Amino acid sequence: MGTNSEKGMGVIVKTVTKLTLGFILLYGIYITLSGHISPGGGFAGGVIIALSFVHVMLAFGKDAALKRLRPPGLRLVISGAALVFLAMAIIVPQGRVFDSEVIVPLCEAAIVGPGLFVIFVALVLLSKADKDSE
Amino acid sequence: MLEIHLILFFMIAAAIIAVEVKDLLSSIIAVGAVGIGLSMAFLVLKAPDLAIMQLVVEILSLIILIRATIRKDLPFSASGRWAFNTGATVVFFAVFLVCAYMALKGLRAFGDPLMRVSQAYLAEGPAKTRALNIVSAITSNFRVIDTLGEGVALFTAIIGILAVARKVGHKKKK
Repeated sequence: MGTNSEKGMGVIVKTVTKLTLGFILLYGIYITLSGHISPGGGFAGGVIIALSFVHVMLAFGKDAALKRLRPPGLRLVISGAALVFLAMAIIVPQGRVFDSEVIVPLCEAAIVGPGLFVIFVALVLLSKADKDSE
Repeated sequence: MLEIHLILFFMIAAAIIAVEVKDLLSSIIAVGAVGIGLSMAFLVLKAPDLAIMQLVVEILSLIILIRATIRKDLPFSASGRWAFNTGATVVFFAVFLVCAYMALKGLRAFGDPLMRVSQAYLAEGPAKTRALNIVSAITSNFRVIDTLGEGVALFTAIIGILAVARKVGHKKKK
């Protein structure tokens, strides 16, 4: 826990974060896309993607993380993924198994990853607002 | 089954510590120990999908708990209406035990599931869906509506949190 939550942590944590961020993001995408071969899937991959952005936010502060994921873009990604998923479930006829080993995990990861990051940001900001108002 | 019993005792001990300890940070870390134990239990029961999911969700919830709620003083009310509270707890516990006894009599033994629909999934799943991981073959092909409902639940939670935490509309009334 850093002393100042706006500016993030020390230089060691920041350097290690710069090195490991890409690998964590890549591992999340790998877990998402290879869910039909090895253990994993859309939900776990999405949570790992969310964890990579939480990592950035813990190390560099709120502004650096929100610069990478702008709230309008977040809303667009989450809603778009949900709509694509819903359209697939409606359009594909009943009783037919369709080729969904890529699209379904991608939609699920796109809902879960940014969504959990948004929940984390909102909870941290709410607790900070409570602390300021006291 | 020795490992699963050891893990269960570890989880129960960690849960008791999480409830009873006075320090809030120690309590959160004990909750994390319960989650790690659950993840190991899934791994012992040969469910690596669930083990991965439990592990990552546990990490995220631990970070959220530490970061967002650790500085708060949680109000603990122990006064007033204790007779009614205790009585209601005992009554509900008795109802739960009776219903659980009646429901558990009808269940099949652990490790001996009823394979009516699952047999077709296991037999035809890999050929129909071309997925080697049978869990993903079921959750993202045969039961994709179920996965859609899961996504809808999470989506609703996100919309609710954004509606509570939004900036526009938080104006003070005169």
